[in-house]
Formats: sequence, structure tokens, C-alpha cells
Amino acid sequence: MAQERKIKIIVAKPGLDGHDRGAKLLARIFAEAGMEVVYTGLRQTPEMIVETALQEDADVVGLSSLSGVHMYFFPRVVQLLREKGLDDVLVVGGGIIPSEDIPELKKAGVAEIFGPGTPTAKIVEFIKQNVRRRD
Amino acid sequence: MFDDKALERIRAGKDNWEKTTLAKTLPKAPERKPVFTSISGTPVERLYTPLDVQGLDYERDLGYPGQFPFTRGVQPTMYRGRYWTMRQYAGFGNARESNARYRYLLEQGQTGLSVAFDLPTQAGYDSDHPLSMGEVGKVGVAIDSLDDMKILFDGIPLDKVTTSMTINAPATVLLAMYLAIAEEQGVSFDKVGGTVQNDILKEIICRGQYIFPPKPSMRLTVDLIDYCFKNVPKWNTISISGYHIREAGSTAAQEMAFTIADGIAYVQACVDRGLAVDSFAPRLSFFFNAFTNVLEEVAKFRAGRRVWARIMKERFGAKDPRSMMMRYHVQTGGVTLTAQQPLNNIVRVALQAYAAALGGCQSLHTNSYDEALCLPTQEAVTVALRTQQIVAEESGATDTIDPLAGSYFVEAMTDKIEADIEEYIKKIDAMGGTLAAIEQGYIQKEIQDSAYRFQKEIETGERVYVGINKYTMEEPEPTNLLKVDMKVGEIEAAKLKKLRAERDQAKWKAALDKLREVSQSDENVMPAVIEAVKARATIGEICDVWRDIFGEYRPKEFV
Amino acid sequence: MQDYAQQVLEGSPRAAARLISWLEDEDERALDVMERLYPHTGRAYIVGITGSPGAGKSTLTDKLTFALRRQGLTVGIIAVDPSSPFTGGAVLGDRVRMSRLSTDPGVFIRSMATRGFLGGLAKATGEVVKVLDAFGKDVIVIETVGVGQDEVDIIRLADTTCLVLVPGLGDTIQSMKAGVMEIADIFVINKADRPGADQLYAEVTTRVEQDAHLKERAWTPPVVRTVAVEDQGVDRLLEAVHDHRRFLEDSGALEDKRRRRAREETLQMIHGELFRRIRDRLTADGELEALVDEIAAKRRSPYRVMREVIGRWLKE
Ligand SMILES: Nc1nc2c(ncn2[C@@H]2O[C@H](COP(=O)(O)OP(=O)(O)O)[C@@H](O)[C@H]2O)c(=O)[nH]1
Ligand SMILES: [Mg+2]
Repeated sequence: MAQERKIKIIVAKPGLDGHDRGAKLLARIFAEAGMEVVYTGLRQTPEMIVETALQEDADVVGLSSLSGVHMYFFPRVVQLLREKGLDDVLVVGGGIIPSEDIPELKKAGVAEIFGPGTPTAKIVEFIKQNVRRRD
Repeated sequence: MFDDKALERIRAGKDNWEKTTLAKTLPKAPERKPVFTSISGTPVERLYTPLDVQGLDYERDLGYPGQFPFTRGVQPTMYRGRYWTMRQYAGFGNARESNARYRYLLEQGQTGLSVAFDLPTQAGYDSDHPLSMGEVGKVGVAIDSLDDMKILFDGIPLDKVTTSMTINAPATVLLAMYLAIAEEQGVSFDKVGGTVQNDILKEIICRGQYIFPPKPSMRLTVDLIDYCFKNVPKWNTISISGYHIREAGSTAAQEMAFTIADGIAYVQACVDRGLAVDSFAPRLSFFFNAFTNVLEEVAKFRAGRRVWARIMKERFGAKDPRSMMMRYHVQTGGVTLTAQQPLNNIVRVALQAYAAALGGCQSLHTNSYDEALCLPTQEAVTVALRTQQIVAEESGATDTIDPLAGSYFVEAMTDKIEADIEEYIKKIDAMGGTLAAIEQGYIQKEIQDSAYRFQKEIETGERVYVGINKYTMEEPEPTNLLKVDMKVGEIEAAKLKKLRAERDQAKWKAALDKLREVSQSDENVMPAVIEAVKARATIGEICDVWRDIFGEYRPKEFV
Repeated sequence: MQDYAQQVLEGSPRAAARLISWLEDEDERALDVMERLYPHTGRAYIVGITGSPGAGKSTLTDKLTFALRRQGLTVGIIAVDPSSPFTGGAVLGDRVRMSRLSTDPGVFIRSMATRGFLGGLAKATGEVVKVLDAFGKDVIVIETVGVGQDEVDIIRLADTTCLVLVPGLGDTIQSMKAGVMEIADIFVINKADRPGADQLYAEVTTRVEQDAHLKERAWTPPVVRTVAVEDQGVDRLLEAVHDHRRFLEDSGALEDKRRRRAREETLQMIHGELFRRIRDRLTADGELEALVDEIAAKRRSPYRVMREVIGRWLKE
């Protein structure tokens, strides 16, 4: 009998933005929800994030951005994941993201965007519902 | 303030009230919850009476405005003389756009400028550095060289305005540029006024815009302080900031305590450099947050002034009263703003501005209601400025000094926060000081735990947040949001290329060589930095010299 | 099915990463892949880094890896952090200090949660070492928390175990539990920039010398001072690791170590597999619950049940 599958999630802050209150809070909440959370810290390039997801065989990549760089970073992470064959990794984002940007981000392959004030339970639920079933 | 007999009577009276009037009412009309707490989690009692402030000694603990221990304010007349400086943090995109916004704000009656820089500038990278990708001009203006700075202040006389620059790790470089422009405008350094944030410790604790390890960072900080005290006497050399600590999730008392702990570290560093405390301390200033819980905020400000005054006098032996004054800028709480029902934010900001006024701030930035969504629009910026103008000119809060003094609740809360601050300072001292406490992650952990507790309270509904967990509603998508042109990065990069090709190479190289030499010695770096920016060295080039000599900081991360 | 073994041998990080997940999950598919990888293991040198939380293990691992990379060696890093016993989740934060390594193709980092496994390691750590070994990493660094008496499994896995001590964290000789001093092949006094470092260094050195007098040991653990954040002393630490390796190789102790490891592993595998199969059988048709009912009702004793079950199994 195999062990219970744990969800492995990367929590990353792309770019130079140093406000990590949300990212750290979520890392803690995800761990409390039974996930294994790889916290990368600040100043991550898309390449670093994707390489981390690859080595850790992550199921989910969570990106947090408050400095308005989401339109640059989020699609880039999705694109690099695809290039590495990690199409089934769930990418979610959060932070200060104008809702008019959301359709474009979703089109680029970000599964969901969680704005400020989203209950963390909702984020956890979304991840549990939508995470890949690993072969 | 009350003699024993009076207290005796009050105690008996209160007892009686509890047993009769209150006891009759409670069963019929029970209270909303068993325990009431402030937004920081501090218990709040049903009723405050003189019994709660028995220990208060008016002359010792409150005193008079402009006198030790400054609980009631740092100026003798406070806002009866002059309102606080209304200073709106602004700046986005490139230098030219920002310059236009500054001129607009000055025309609207604003009395001081406040410059926000983009993240590459704050982290000491040029606009064409790989790590700057996507970030140029995003959260503030992009400054690479003196040429950008000249455009930023085009047509703004530096002897007529004061400028506050939110810049920390590379503060010396931006100040050098500012001084170089003053020189070109023919304004002598002793007429130049303003502030650089220059507070590297809180960057390490919670804001993330660090470059060098703590020790060399502190050296640059002290170099700037030392230089200004000798050459730019009206410059506020550091703005010791609790704002971001609060934004990161701390309580009110923690905000004040950790900021004061940072302050102690800076003063100690200057003293260790051999500066006399009364020479530089009068130019230290602070920067705090204001949340919506007005009374707790007022208590925080009053407690902070009192603790700082005592520390400066007793620990550092300051003699000049100006060295003991905690003067500060306030910004209303960015994290308190909601993306939901954004117009509600106007009300939050109004209450927060009111708290800042009642608390005795020296300058104030009021946030725009749309900040949780995007960069503020012109309309939102105007409403924000009007908000503080209404607080100043209509509310009446400015007509008498420290109007909440003597409120049993506010005085009791002031005492409580003071005790909390002192407790923290004691703990941090025992750990070997602020740097050690930061290195061990103690301060970061305390802040994160508070943030976590607050989040849980919101999610369980224990604490009400209008529009978030109560009174929510379906909303149309917001419109009219301001966005930065993604092209700014390319334009800046092209400008840099041109600059690098056209500047006087020999002069440029000599200036950087000189900077390297000075940085490796004990000499103050400021003059060499000024020469370097004049020779059109970029911020990235200057910081690279230091990265090479000092190394780069990697943070301690705690989850 | 994709041929993971082949892909790992060809250097696919994706295949290695997935295989490691299978091992962590005790997925049966891993068995065949591991069997095919096994002939390609045994080349990598395995370094363990252990010490209290906050001692600087991750920082040291980062710096040590840089030094190894400068020598042209490839590196696999396994960073183990504890799972929460209450929620089963974990925050794995060691990568924060190894950020710069994450895009170096010569380095592969994997964070692992202990998932309730005691001993300071995750249950699958030994298997993951083999994957990274077959994957072609020259050196494998295992970072593990804790030097309590129970958390010394690392010495069974590592060829060289470095024990990181720091001044001011309560790491004094007196406070150390019996046996902890013995696990170290190399002592590292990290944060040598901190007050108290000299004293700790002196204490440890004296103790090592005393021990050398008391009982004859072929290897005397060196004591190395480092300031990991400033990359000081790391070259000397690396030298000490190389020295220890040379000693193990020259004295034949490496052979012994690996033999012992093979024996333990084999026994453990048999133990694990046997247990797994019996448990699966007992749970599949509800027999286990029926047995538990009987035991709970005191109609049978667990000793009897155990003998019967094993007896039946062995006959089959
Ligand atoms: N002063 C000093 N601090 C260090 C040194 N090595 C690591 N640190 C700091 O100690 C903290 C913990 O380091 P980390 O590598 O995460 O420790 P681990 O928990 O053992 O992995 C970090 O803030 C490091 O920057 C050192 O040699 N001197
Ligand atoms: Mg670690």
C-alpha cells in the first residue's frame, strides 16, 4: 500500500518585490492543510522557479506579486514550465492584480488568480480540487 | 493624578455600579462578545476610570508640548501654529511623467514632495540589468543616472520645496544626485531640506530591498548621517520606519517597539563612530503607519514619543531636547485598504488621518482609495489629499494640543503600549541587540506570528472587516485603472546605452576608482559618491563597486 | 510506460524528480526502476551535514557546493526538514539559501519532509541517494536536522558526517547527549564570527584530543572553523572532507562502511516488503479488523495472532 499522496507546492516571489507577508502566510497555511511547501524566498527569476518545480516534482506553483510585474512574470513561468514538459503543473497567482488582467493571465495558462482578501481556505480548496493526479 | 481618598471613592462607586446598574442590565442586554480586543489583540475593558491610570504622574509622564518626555507632542504649539506637512508619496514610470505629477501636486497646495523609486533603483540595479526585467518604472520612478534625476526635478527649485525620498540601501547615491542638482541650481547645501529613508534594518526585517550585508550597510548609513550633519544641516538623514513592519503584520506595539530597537542600533552605530549624540540625533526622524483603530493608534504615538525621549536621555545621555524628540511622518495603512468596495477606503483613510492628527504627526501621506487595485489615479490622489485637508481644517482636531490626553482609556492604553515596548527592548538587549535579534529571526518571527493571528481572526469572522467578511456584495469590475506602459524598460535601456557611450570615459573611470579606494578605507564615502554621479556613473555601477567590496546580503527567511 | 531508469541514466532531471516522488510515496513502480539503476550506483561520495536548527547547515551546504563546483564536481543535495506531526504538512525552506544553485545544471536539489519518520531523515532518503548517484552526481550532500541522540541515522548513510556546532546556541560539550560527539567525522564550528566561538573551538578540540588518548581510533576528527555567510573556512572544510575520504579509501574503511550499509539496507528492505505484503493481505479482506476485534475482546492475545499469521505466511 502506497503512502498517502502529499501535494507539493512551490511558493515563490518572482522579481524584486520584497513584500512577502502574503507568501509566507500562505506557506504556513498550505503546510497546515497537509501540503509539503517548498519556500523559495525573494528575488526569483522565472528560470529559478521552474527549475525548482522540476527538481522538486512539484504539483503546484504559487506565485505572489505586489509590484505590478505579474503580466511579465506569470506567463513566463507557465511558458517555461511547458518547455520543460511540466504542462500538468497547476500555476496559481496572487497579490495586487487588477481584475482586467485576469483573463489574459488565464489565457496564458495561469489556473486562477486570488486577489487580496481571498479567504485562504478558498485557495486551499481550489488547489485540492484542481491539482493534477500524478501518474 | 488622583489622591488616595478620591480613588477610594471611585473604587467604591465603580463597585456599586457593577453590582447594581450594570448587574441589572447585563442579563437583559448581554454584551456582543466575552472579550473585546483592539486590532492588535490587546484586551479592551468595558470601562476605564481613574483607577486605571492611578500610577500616572502628570508632570513626569505627560508634561507639556515641546518638553520632555514629549508625550503631548514635540512642538510647543503643534497644529495651532502650522499644520503637518502634507506629503503624498508619488512617482511612477519615467522621470518626465513623475515631474509632471509633482508640479501638479505643488499647484494643488501640497507642501512637500515625496519620491517613490522603482524596485531596480531601490535594489541598486540599472534599468537594463537582467533582474530589472519587467520591473522598470513599476512601483516608482526609474533613476539610473544624474540625467534622470535632473528631469525629475526640472523646474522645481530645491530651496523652496522639501523632498522625501524612499530610498534605503543606495540612499547615499540618490542623495548625492539630489545635491549635485542643487549645486547646478545654485542652491547652497545649507538651504537644501528633505529626507532619505536610509533605514536598512527594516529592509532586512520585512521589506526586502537590501543589497549589502548589515555591517557595511550600517557603515553607509552612518556615512550619510555624518556627512549631512557637517554639510547639509537641514537634511533628515534617516527615517526610521515602522510603517513596513506594521504592513508586514505586526501589532501597534510591535511596530513601535521594533522601530525603536532599530533606532537604538543606528544611534549606537553613530556613537561608536565617534559622533556626539547631540550632533546628529536632532536630525533623526521616524515613519509610522496609522490603522483605523483610532484610539489605539493615538496611544501608540504618545507611548512612542515618551519611550524614545527616555531612551535618548537615559541610555545615550542626550542633553539637547531636540535629540529626544521623536518626530515622524505617518502614512495611512496600505494593507487596511480593500479591493472590495474600494470607496469604503476613503472612510478608512479619513479615520487613519484623524488618528495621525490626534497623535501629533509632523507630516502625513494619505493613501488613495484605489491603491489595493492599481497605481492611484489622479482623481483618487486628489481625494486622498482632500481627506487630510478636511481633517486639518474642518475637524477641529488641530485646534488644541493632544486633545485625547486625560482620557482614562487613552492614557491606560498609552501605558500598556509603553510597557510592551519596554519589554521587547529588554528582550532584544538580552539577545545582544537589534542586529543579533534580526539575525536570529526573532523580530521577523514575532511579526509573522501576529500576521498569522490576524489572518485567522478575519477568516473565522472573529474580527469584522467590512467588505471582506461582512457586508460583502457582488461588484462590477473596476474601471479607469492606471497602468504603466510596459515600454518604460526599453526606453530606459536605450537611454543608458547612449549615456554609457557619450560620457567622458576618463572622468568616469577616475571617479569610480576613487570611490573604490575610499570605500575600502575608513573615509566617508559621500564626497566620492557625489563626484561619481557627476561623472555620470550609474546607480548600478556604483553599487557594483560596493557589491564587489562588501558582498551581497542573503536574507534569513522564516516561515 | 516511460523508461525512467534509462532516462535517469541519461541525465533527465524530470525522470529523477518523478522517481524520487515515487520513492517518497512508496509507489511500487519504483522498485523495478531502482533495480535497474542499482548497478550504476556506488560511485558518488556522500557527505552528511547535521546540527541544530539555525546552525547554518543550509548556508554551509550552499557554500560547500560552490566550492565543489569550482573543482568541477557535480552535486546532488538532499535537504530534509521535519513534517508537522499534527497536520502532516511541512515547510521546506532550505532552498532559500541555495537560490543561486537552482539554475546550475550541475546541481540537483531535492527537499524532503520526514513524514513522521524518526531518526532525522526521511524514510526514502537512502533510496534518493541512490537515484542521484545513478543520475551521475559526483558528490551528494545530505542536510538533516538535529543531533539529538535519536537523530543520528545520517552516519549510516553518509561516508563523511560533518557535525555543525555554533557558539551561543547552547551547543556546549556538557549539554550534548552521550553519543552525539561520536557521530562526527568532522566538527564544524560555524558562525566563528560570533562571540564564544574560540571557547567552543577550544572545548571541542580538547575533547577530541582526550578521546584520542582514551581509545585508539584510526581517524581523529578535525575541528574546522567557518563563517558560512562570508564563505570563510569552507575551503578548509572541503579539504577535511577530502582527507577523510582518502583515509576511508586507503584504510579500507570505506569498503567496510558500504558493506555494512548494504547489509542493513537488504535486511530493511526484506523487513519492509514482508511487512507490506502481510499488511496488505490482512487489510484487503477485512481480516485484520476481525483479528483486532478478537484481541480487543480479549478472546485472543496479540502474541498468538502474530505467531499464527507469520506461521501461515511462511508456509505459503
Ligand atoms: N553570523 C553568522 N551567521 C551565519 C553563519 N552561517 C549562517 N548564518 C546565519 O544563520 C542563519 C541560519 O542559517 P541556515 O543555513 O538556514 O541554518 P540551518 O537551519 O542550519 O540550515 C541564517 O540567518 C544565516 O545567514 C555564520 O557563519 N555567521
Ligand atoms: Mg536548513
